[in-house]
Amino acid sequence: MTIEVLYFASMADAVGRTRETIELDEGATVSALWRALVERYPPLGTLAYRPLVACDMGYSSWERELAGVREVAFLPPVSGG
Amino acid sequence: MVLLQREPIRPVDLLEAVRGDADGAVALFTGTVRNESEGRAVVALEYEAYGEMALRQMSELRVRALEEHAVSDVAIVHRLGRLDVGEISVAVAVSAAHRGAAFDACRAVMDTLKRTVPIWKKEIFADGAAVWVEPPG
Repeated sequence: MTIEVLYFASMADAVGRTRETIELDEGATVSALWRALVERYPPLGTLAYRPLVACDMGYSSWERELAGVREVAFLPPVSGG
Repeated sequence: MVLLQREPIRPVDLLEAVRGDADGAVALFTGTVRNESEGRAVVALEYEAYGEMALRQMSELRVRALEEHAVSDVAIVHRLGRLDVGEISVAVAVSAAHRGAAFDACRAVMDTLKRTVPIWKKEIFADGAAVWVEPPG
């Protein structure tokens, strides 16, 4: 299945892009996607925080299965205001 | 009114958006760019958002405030892009029959916005360095 992955703020700096399309096995979870990304972008393995996860623009758990999800964003701790 | 915008925020726009004839109070909060961060001189902040999700979260905050407080209307506007010291980065206005509910709802919206809405700021220091603000946990 195909997932659109979005990056923001320091995560975008760490991977050098703001979005990309990733191919995953059916049944893959958010955690599996994250492991694949850390393998591709080693700087993600040394971030000073654990990102928040949003699936299709709603906050999600790391255990969630991605079947049916179109867009996943890993979010640095937010700092609006 | 729920907006993300690159243009300067005009507080009067929010006041006019929420005010009604049954309201005896409008509480307005504005967040502004400060000239220092932990003792270091700041010259500007740069804001970025996960725009579509941020707008959804801000709309939810507005609806929740209307449900949980005795208020008439809520306006939430956040600025994006580069802001100089003194500029308004965020504004929340709440109208109500009485001031207590307006103050309470305004504070609740701001507190939750800072914790949950996917917006980030980068501090630009006088020496040219730039650092994303990423509060732990």
